Amino acid sequence: MVTAVEMGARQREISVSEFFTKNRHLLGFDNPRKALLTCVKEAVDNSLDACEEAGILPDVTVKLEIVTTGQTPVAPSQATRFRITVTDNGPGIVRQQIPRVFAKLLYGSKFHRMRMSRGQQGIGISAAGMYGQLTTGKPVKVISRTGPRAAAHYFEVQIDTKKNEPLVHENKQIEWHQSQGTEVTLEVEGRYQKGRASVDEWLEQTSIANPHVRLTYRTPEGERKEYPRSYHELPPSPKEIKPHPYGIEFGALLKMLQDTKSQTVAGFLAADFCRVSPALAEEMCKSAKLSPNTKPRDVKHQAAEILYKTIQVTKIMAPPTNCISPIGEKAILSGLYKQIKGEFYTAVSRPPAVYRGYPFIIEAGLAFGKGPEEATKPQQASVPLAEGEDQGHDTELARVIRYANRVPLLYQQSACSTFKAVLSTTWRNYGVTQSRGALPAGPMVIFVHMASVWVPFTSESKEAIADYDEIQKEITLALREAGRRLGIFLRRRERAASEFRRRNIFDLYIEEVVAACNRLKGGHLPTEKLKEQLHKIASSRTGGVKTDEALGKTGVGPEGLPHSIIVTAEGIEGETEIAQQSPVSEAEAPVAMPADSTPTRNAPRGGKRVVKPSPAIVKRTGVAKAKGTGGQQEMFAAEPAQAKKAAPRRTSTRKTPSGAAKPTRTRT
Amino acid sequence: MAQAKAKKNGIVAKKLVGMADVVIAAAQRAKDPTFEIPMRALSNVSFNPRKGLIEMGDKKQARSFFNVGMAKKFMQTMLVADALAELQQADLTTSLREIYYRTKHTIQDSHENTFDTQDESDPIIEDLEVSLVALREELHVRAENSGSIVGPVVFGDDGDRVDCAKLGKGGYSVPSIVEPEYLEIRRCTADFLLLVEKGTQWNRLSEDKFWRRYNCVLLTGNGQPPRGVRRLARRLHEEYKLPVYVLVDNDPWGYYIYSVVKQGSINLAFESQRMAIPKAKFIGLSSADPERYELPRNVGIKLNEKDITRAKELLNYQWFQKPAWQQEIKRMLTSGLKYELDALANKDFQYLTKKYLPRKLKEKDWLD
Repeated sequence: MVTAVEMGARQREISVSEFFTKNRHLLGFDNPRKALLTCVKEAVDNSLDACEEAGILPDVTVKLEIVTTGQTPVAPSQATRFRITVTDNGPGIVRQQIPRVFAKLLYGSKFHRMRMSRGQQGIGISAAGMYGQLTTGKPVKVISRTGPRAAAHYFEVQIDTKKNEPLVHENKQIEWHQSQGTEVTLEVEGRYQKGRASVDEWLEQTSIANPHVRLTYRTPEGERKEYPRSYHELPPSPKEIKPHPYGIEFGALLKMLQDTKSQTVAGFLAADFCRVSPALAEEMCKSAKLSPNTKPRDVKHQAAEILYKTIQVTKIMAPPTNCISPIGEKAILSGLYKQIKGEFYTAVSRPPAVYRGYPFIIEAGLAFGKGPEEATKPQQASVPLAEGEDQGHDTELARVIRYANRVPLLYQQSACSTFKAVLSTTWRNYGVTQSRGALPAGPMVIFVHMASVWVPFTSESKEAIADYDEIQKEITLALREAGRRLGIFLRRRERAASEFRRRNIFDLYIEEVVAACNRLKGGHLPTEKLKEQLHKIASSRTGGVKTDEALGKTGVGPEGLPHSIIVTAEGIEGETEIAQQSPVSEAEAPVAMPADSTPTRNAPRGGKRVVKPSPAIVKRTGVAKAKGTGGQQEMFAAEPAQAKKAAPRRTSTRKTPSGAAKPTRTRT
Repeated sequence: MAQAKAKKNGIVAKKLVGMADVVIAAAQRAKDPTFEIPMRALSNVSFNPRKGLIEMGDKKQARSFFNVGMAKKFMQTMLVADALAELQQADLTTSLREIYYRTKHTIQDSHENTFDTQDESDPIIEDLEVSLVALREELHVRAENSGSIVGPVVFGDDGDRVDCAKLGKGGYSVPSIVEPEYLEIRRCTADFLLLVEKGTQWNRLSEDKFWRRYNCVLLTGNGQPPRGVRRLARRLHEEYKLPVYVLVDNDPWGYYIYSVVKQGSINLAFESQRMAIPKAKFIGLSSADPERYELPRNVGIKLNEKDITRAKELLNYQWFQKPAWQQEIKRMLTSGLKYELDALANKDFQYLTKKYLPRKLKEKDWLD
């Protein structure tokens, strides 16, 4: 028997840090492999958030080194301990804050703000530090410099897990080669593996969604990988907003009522929420049978509940959406094009939408195909096919890459709203095969990004987006649009190929038919004459000229395909709209891309093709009416990458400058 | 006999060469070369109740060269015609599969094969049979020998005398081409012909010398009887006036086998004329037999969905409209069970030979 007094003696406060020490899987440190990735991710996220907020184009270096405990060097796949160093060119951190930023859980600038950022809670980097401390006993080492005139500070900090307070081991001024920025070094237990959900994959995907970042990665093997900047513009800085009345829970409302600085309820409603005008606030008070002049602190129990319910039924304007900054179609295209080999790329940004009072934007992208080099390969196969063999239709499934606020999500794919939306989209409508309840099949990468002030993750480790109907609907709409464009591309390609095949098969079969006739007639047939006659019929029936046109040899760009790039063996047909603000979406939507930027897709893809950036080669090749807006928009087609080896075998008529302004075409 | 054969050869060869002429003539007039091929489908088949035959209608489909969908088939048709003409000249017979291999090659300057599987060449041979009005045998194409015959009948095969009463229990293997030019029936003293669906039951009857006791010819086609077996049955029926009885499993497929023997098949409707035996009788297993012969319910097999669909299809066929047949099929559907011939062994190994068939013949218990 235990008495209440004895039990009481055992009851005491649990510090957050202690709690997380025991529950580290909640933060993404379940196993050594994932832990290594989480540490890299948290450090890089922090760097990018800081750079973007300070308006600096991020330049981030990630270095993974093996820490050997004994004498013998260990292979990267066998190593158990790593030193992670992440260096950025960001604004740096003021000296006094460094210990708390890196060694105090739930300390940060992002939690209390309704503003879109990668980090949300302020646990990330300190949790990574704590993980390192738990597994290796080593402190977090930080170098930070706020500018060329400031001194660089070096810190070694650890976390006091009982008190959740930083312990500073070392603090000195040092010489640092960088004029500005921060460098974090963590030593952690981990496991390095390539492939799915690896550090390499995460960095690659980060680079796709953040083409404005220059990323350098030194692998544990000592290899140096560069992910160059392909988009030279910072995403527009997101604004901070106040909470929207619809997104608030009852408990939160009670707390806000207690904490507010306003003197009256009406004033509180108007001042502490967005989209509530003084008039609307009075109206709400009236409906809730409250005097607008009641002191907020006096609104309790029953009255508060009625007020809460009134708020939910009052018609309030959707929250402003300038607090989110989407990646933008052009940037997504440039990111996909840079990292993924394919024949077709497209990107879709949805207009802003709202769930639970939080605004969000869904963006989708698609890269399809194996790249022009691969696509032409099977035509060279010369071995006769045996029965049962065919021309290798692969059954590879599409890959889904998911992002929340520009951060790649690698784990728990099937629990994620984005993944479910991909599955529930009927890709067969767009000419892609798909078995029931499975991903579409084909060489395809599907990109989905959710940008929001508050992304609803299913857990603290931020691995999957929760399944809100509004979110699901937006993702589905974005995917459908991308799918439609893919369908157009595939059909067009198919049509061209079948026209080509049409003449081709006749050419082939005429030989066979004539030979058979000749044998039937005992070998006395004027075969050449017969062939000629048949060829004549063939070309009169199929229209040779049209075939060339359909094949794109006479110069057809990706018409009717906004925000898309088509890559063929002959070159690249890309077009990127100079996007003006779409008048359909809300006035405050910041989806506009600055109008002067030129499409630059000049980065080596897969480390193979290298092209120098040269805006001068961008030529205007056509004017087309843009769908929906009705306004004339200029379409730019970038010159095909004239790389050393990518020089087309045939001279492509498409490139002749004489063919400049083509007449406007109306699409059906 | 040899003369008749040579004459036939000449006619068929001419028809095949005629196909080349179609192409040449069309080319000269700048027209799309086109063949007309009678359709082989249920929609182009009708039952002639007077003759008791399934007959092919006049619907034809065009096969033209300069049509993307048909070009390959057209080319394949020419290749097959060429191969068949080659057979005529050399006076050889061959199998469907050999035709496929003979005509298969990779088209020059491409990675496309003229034929990918035999499934592509087989229908083309059938197309040629119907459009040239030539029998498969006349085209010198044979199927596998997959039938056996035993009983008091004597054949002349390539000059050899084959007495089917002296071939033990294995019998004579029915060749696929049994036209008079290839197989001569020298003598037949049997009283009737029993066509058995299953080889196993044919073996039972042959082993028990059923044919000697009841003076009959035993014939099997191991399942759906091939052309040779059907044609031989028809010849014995026609030339020696043997009544034909069909013994099949009690399931929809058994019924269909019977109907093919009797009226001809949908696919080969053009050959009904010389294959069908409109007077053939269905001796068993009938859906009434389990009760009459006291077969226990546990030797039945539950009808599966396919069986049920097929049975319902049969109910709609024109040639199953007789009240007795409607009753027969419906009885099976209501019982929900099918029975194999082999199930008779439940009563006795020799039940089929000693009890079932004797009683059936005695009671004249068959369906028409």
